[in-house]
Amino acid sequence: MVVDAPPGAGAVTVERAAPAGARGAGAGVNGPAVLAPRARLWPALGAVYRAQLSRARVARIPLLFVATFQSLGIMILMRGVVDGGAEARAVVAGSSVLVVAFVALNLLAQYFGQLRASGGLDHYATLPVPAASVVLGAAAAYASFTVPGVLVTAVAGSVLFQLPLGGLWVLVAVIPLAGAALAGLGAALGLLAPRPELATLCGQLGMSAALLLGVLPAGGMPLVVQWVRDLLPSTYGVEAFARTFEARPDWGAVLLDLGVCAAVGVLSLALATRAYRWAATR
Amino acid sequence: MDSVETPNRAESRAVSAVSVEGLVKTYPPVRARRGTPAAPAVRASDRIGLDVRQGEIFGLLGPNGAGKSTLVRQLTGLLRPDEGSVQVLGHDLVRHPERASRLLAYLGQESSALDELTVGLAAETTARLRGLETAAARAARDEVLAELGLEPLAGRPLKKLSGGQRRLACVASALVGERPLLVLDEPTTGMDPHARRAVWAAIDRRRAEQGATVLLVTHNVIEAETVLDRVAVLDRGRVIACGTPGGLKAKVGDEVRLELVWRERAPVEIPEVAALGVTARASGRRWTLRLSPQEAREAVALVTGGPAFAALDDFRLATPSLEDVYVALGGRPEGTNGEPGEHGEPGGDGVEGLVKA
Repeated sequence: MVVDAPPGAGAVTVERAAPAGARGAGAGVNGPAVLAPRARLWPALGAVYRAQLSRARVARIPLLFVATFQSLGIMILMRGVVDGGAEARAVVAGSSVLVVAFVALNLLAQYFGQLRASGGLDHYATLPVPAASVVLGAAAAYASFTVPGVLVTAVAGSVLFQLPLGGLWVLVAVIPLAGAALAGLGAALGLLAPRPELATLCGQLGMSAALLLGVLPAGGMPLVVQWVRDLLPSTYGVEAFARTFEARPDWGAVLLDLGVCAAVGVLSLALATRAYRWAATR
Repeated sequence: MDSVETPNRAESRAVSAVSVEGLVKTYPPVRARRGTPAAPAVRASDRIGLDVRQGEIFGLLGPNGAGKSTLVRQLTGLLRPDEGSVQVLGHDLVRHPERASRLLAYLGQESSALDELTVGLAAETTARLRGLETAAARAARDEVLAELGLEPLAGRPLKKLSGGQRRLACVASALVGERPLLVLDEPTTGMDPHARRAVWAAIDRRRAEQGATVLLVTHNVIEAETVLDRVAVLDRGRVIACGTPGGLKAKVGDEVRLELVWRERAPVEIPEVAALGVTARASGRRWTLRLSPQEAREAVALVTGGPAFAALDDFRLATPSLEDVYVALGGRPEGTNGEPGEHGEPGGDGVEGLVKA
């Protein structure tokens, strides 16, 4: 029996043959102990995802209500200002994506900030788990928390502003892509912030930016603010979603927007993974 | 997979489980900022050398701030030493800190990564992240929960448990999935005696059945004396003594320790008591004396008979403990930073006094 082969771990490759007679206990006279297998990327990601999702039952549901009511409140507020047309589409799309920004950016930044400050990262750092599994698993779970809130907001908004409901299927792409971009950003902020309060602050600011720049119609903004708006990954999710409310959507533009979301998502998750490695082995 | 996994000749001669040489770690000074005063550089590990043999339960003993956790973080690849070498089961962890997670299980002092999970899911997830397949992870979870008597709590989130129960759940996560080296930072903090026994039994089983080596951080002297094969005493980043508990105790000679607890104050108007008081270390109503066996017998006779007895609340006579070793070696005694000492628990080799009604 060697350390490499826990019962049932048949699929795991043994990276180095055990020296004859070496016990699991290690070096002995036969050389260095055999290293136990690493956890593989996808199974570990699944385990982290499942664990994070289970936290929702304990800790996240009240916050999800807050996120949803915030978006509903904003839409009701804007109902008095906005009559319809492009502005109404922007308000509904912006409010829906705001739920994603609240949970994936703000709450994930707080979670990783607190985990790092309290030494909780040591737990993951002393397990043979790929950094990407921890970051992507947590990001995917936080993006998943947003699904009910986004759906409620989008449907309520469409009804409120008399927009067609037929295009809502695009949320199947908008939530994961905007979720990836914002969750990656949130995780990176939380892991890189020197203090947890700063992580919370950055998360809040990011969410405020998503709120102001996503919900308010872009037309009347000064040029500088429009540039900032272009830099924010949530903007592309908002625009992709807003376009699908049009009578004859420009699907090419929708795809382009979603492509930008996806590219930013890959980049921000890669950044978050690097940030995790850095934070775990400080 | 990188090529460095192949063992090299120099490494392969290692016979110890953990071998540390000339380990130095200095935390840089902290400049004063608003709200936080400046702190000078702290040498948390000061040329530490250690050798832990395979299958041994080895303890690191010392007060808060002695450098125990810093040392352990360097042994688990979490912290890079400034100088020195760390060999774990023949692997150089200074060059390859990422190998630590595949050699050892670590129980840190923090549970924040697991707090919101249920006890069962915490163990299962940890097993999965230790590389086990789903079915194996579930089997390992069930086994360790049964072993530690955690089955009734399996569905409860760690956050909702008492401190000792939460600690026990963390121990379960640390022990799930086989590892040849267990590094446990104060594993039994806050646990009741029943849970402590379960933890020690589980650790002992891993040693007996899997040949596991255990490196244990503690500042509980009583625990250290009863479970450790060998112990290193740390103070201010240095190893000030290393050996078996018995061997270390022999260093302080045959002096015994007499503790007297007075009801209100010591009856120093009795000349013999006043004479004892000259050599006593007084702490409130409690006097601690180190005496030869003959002197101790006379002192006990004095305080348990005659007028002094009326003023006496409790007494205890004990052979030297690791704490005495600790004090004799120049370390700061336990309890001097306002911590409760180790006196509250029944000791292994003490002669308990009669607690008078």
